[in-house]
Amino acid sequence: MNTETDTPLLRVSGLTKRFGAHSACCDVGFEIFPGEVLCIVGESGSGKTTLLKCISAQLQPDHGSVEFDTRDQGLADIYRLSEPMRRMLARTDWGFVFQNPRDGLRAGVSAGANVAERLMAVGARHYANIRHEASGWMQKVELDARRIDDLPDTFSGGMQQRLQIARNLITRPRLVFMDEPTAGLDVSVQARLLDLLRGLAADLGLAAVIVTHDLAVARLLAQRMMVMRGGSVVESGLTDQVLDDPQHPYTQLLVSSVIQA
Amino acid sequence: MKPDDPGPTGYNFAYLDEQTKRMIRRALLKAVAIPGYQVPFGSREMPLPFGWGTGGIQVTAAVIGKNDVLKVIDQGSDDTTNAVNIRRFFARTAGIATTERTTDATIIQTRHRIPETPLAAGQIIVFQVPEPEPMRRLEAREAETRKMHALEEYGLIRVKLYEDITRHGHIATTYDYPVMVNDRMLMAPSPIPKFDNPKLDRNPALMLFGAGREKRIYAVPPYTKVRSLDFDDHPFEIQKWNQCCAQCGATDSFLDEVITDDRGGRMFVCSDSDYCRQRLAAGQRAPADQPDSAAASVQAAT
Amino acid sequence: MIDVKNLCKSFVLHNQGGAVLSVLRDVSLHVDAGECLVLHGPSGTGKSTILRCLYANYRTQHGTVRLRHQQRWVDMAGATPREILTVRRHTLGYVSQFLRVIPRIAALDIVMEPLVRNGAEHAAAKRSAQAWLERLNIPQRLWHLPPATFSGGEQQRINIARSLIAAPPILLLDEPTAALDGINRQVVIDLIDEAKRRGAAVAGVFHDTEVRDAVVTRLFNLDISGAPYGR
Repeated sequence: MNTETDTPLLRVSGLTKRFGAHSACCDVGFEIFPGEVLCIVGESGSGKTTLLKCISAQLQPDHGSVEFDTRDQGLADIYRLSEPMRRMLARTDWGFVFQNPRDGLRAGVSAGANVAERLMAVGARHYANIRHEASGWMQKVELDARRIDDLPDTFSGGMQQRLQIARNLITRPRLVFMDEPTAGLDVSVQARLLDLLRGLAADLGLAAVIVTHDLAVARLLAQRMMVMRGGSVVESGLTDQVLDDPQHPYTQLLVSSVIQA
Repeated sequence: MKPDDPGPTGYNFAYLDEQTKRMIRRALLKAVAIPGYQVPFGSREMPLPFGWGTGGIQVTAAVIGKNDVLKVIDQGSDDTTNAVNIRRFFARTAGIATTERTTDATIIQTRHRIPETPLAAGQIIVFQVPEPEPMRRLEAREAETRKMHALEEYGLIRVKLYEDITRHGHIATTYDYPVMVNDRMLMAPSPIPKFDNPKLDRNPALMLFGAGREKRIYAVPPYTKVRSLDFDDHPFEIQKWNQCCAQCGATDSFLDEVITDDRGGRMFVCSDSDYCRQRLAAGQRAPADQPDSAAASVQAAT
Repeated sequence: MIDVKNLCKSFVLHNQGGAVLSVLRDVSLHVDAGECLVLHGPSGTGKSTILRCLYANYRTQHGTVRLRHQQRWVDMAGATPREILTVRRHTLGYVSQFLRVIPRIAALDIVMEPLVRNGAEHAAAKRSAQAWLERLNIPQRLWHLPPATFSGGEQQRINIARSLIAAPPILLLDEPTAALDGINRQVVIDLIDEAKRRGAAVAGVFHDTEVRDAVVTRLFNLDISGAPYGR
């Protein structure tokens, strides 16, 4: 994990996205370096999901730029890249974990096929090797590798989420986007999933941008945090800083509203 | 066979009007220019419903000329109902000569088989295609499959093959087996048995594909590389039989299983009726000591 | 190693009508290598706050908080999050007053983590962690359990081990012996001595007079207004 490089992995500048008269995102800017985990925290309507979509090439912003450190061109505006290039990045260098695992999995094919799809998309042609890799990744996300041929809907929600994570990580992306990865799961399942994510981020040196409304997720997973409200970033900094010494009134309200178990 | 009657009045040569033929020919030119690429075309109402070969008929109608000799087969046979009807359709509307001999035909319209007799340069074979998109079952969205072809993103079809091996131990697709054309386009070769796939590779004939209901035309020009998809450790294999044809004794043709009685008796005969006939005419026969058909096994057939 | 000038820290409680709590006023201090500076004063005078400002856990309104990091000075008050993280990773060890434990991770892994994170080989890091746990009298049967169920004193010793294992050049200790018995207090005193001898700069809050007197090089006194006095 190298935090000493000078080039950010992702640089967002002046990002603005409007839907009609409503500003979903207003002038958002930040940088992510390799190995950093950033949590974007906010309540419903804060614009955090819109922001995530804009920076992961799913939604084109109205203003501003999103630059990613590509392997051959250096920092490049992802919306200036050709579509094939963008789709290639989305398949290899990026991961996207959806809130609902069914949005991120193919329901009609086996767990193994789901996990290995990206490998096959970039040219893997040896069945036994592909299967072996898929099996290995299922184990890494703490799934029973013997279930490699089972269909996704035979897995529980938490396990489907792990499948989705394995499916994204198999090409060792440098940057993973996650949209509320633990929402909707039982609390104990959430906890285990967060542990897994934390371990994987550390082991693989992943950079990640995680959108969540849950401060505990931020505390556990992220070194840095941004608080959004009404489309703007009201506060940002180190996670422990923002949570222990919140400056903005809204942040203070959020922090004090969390019920400590 | 020449038609007995001079043909119905009020119809243009080969039924379609000249402008429609032009439109189809333009599509065919594009198709030939990009082997395996599905060209949308304005599929017309034909005097038979969708699903009965309207695409193939439109392609044939667009390319057929007064001096052409047409052969029509369905599952390899010239004398099934559909083959007979289509052949008669062209005989009536174009007055062209028809034949059952592969070697005598200039245009061969086919459903679900490629003739055993190797094709020659100058021949055209027209395939009837139900579903032109090889990834349709995996990705329902047309916009998405178009992008995949445009960007050469074919991971999905590999997923399907992977899944086959997972479920069945081998790639279970036995017909309409997906191929890569010219190392670039993924193509559905129509529901021909995979036994016929090798015939697609570098065939001297021009191969045209018409899907009437789906409104797509595609083509493989002569001598184009066509490779069936597989995995390195699960290579593409064609069907094999333990028997030979019960009539002509051929060991290299696609065999149909024919039930002969209601006590389980069956025999295997060439699916390509012309091929079998030619062999019989040349004096080839099945050996007398054929293994008992009922007890025989078929390797890797459907 | 530590150089604080004119540090001012206050809290604005927006949800309590904007009440302002001024905790530190114009604090300046320094700590050299091999020294232990004890922050001294009654409760509520901002001793822990100073430590938290040094760690960049708290923001500051005014002043500079400079730490010596890899042969240069970094002002924690103005550094970017990235820089702060680097300083924390390589230069700072922090034992906080509050025993917030990372849930569901075994004690051994918690203690090992600072070494592994900096690239140490797994087996060597494990051996080192085991040695530290032994030194702090954590029974072996607890090594593979998460500390959430441990006693306060055991949790504190885990935190101490974790903070010291990578031998950071700067140590910030906030009541490190609050929950410890006599034997373990002595262990901590020895550890602080060793740290001083290897050239670390230590800043700490110690309510326990025995420990304080054993480790102190200098006192830094704070009065009730958060301003320094005497010395």
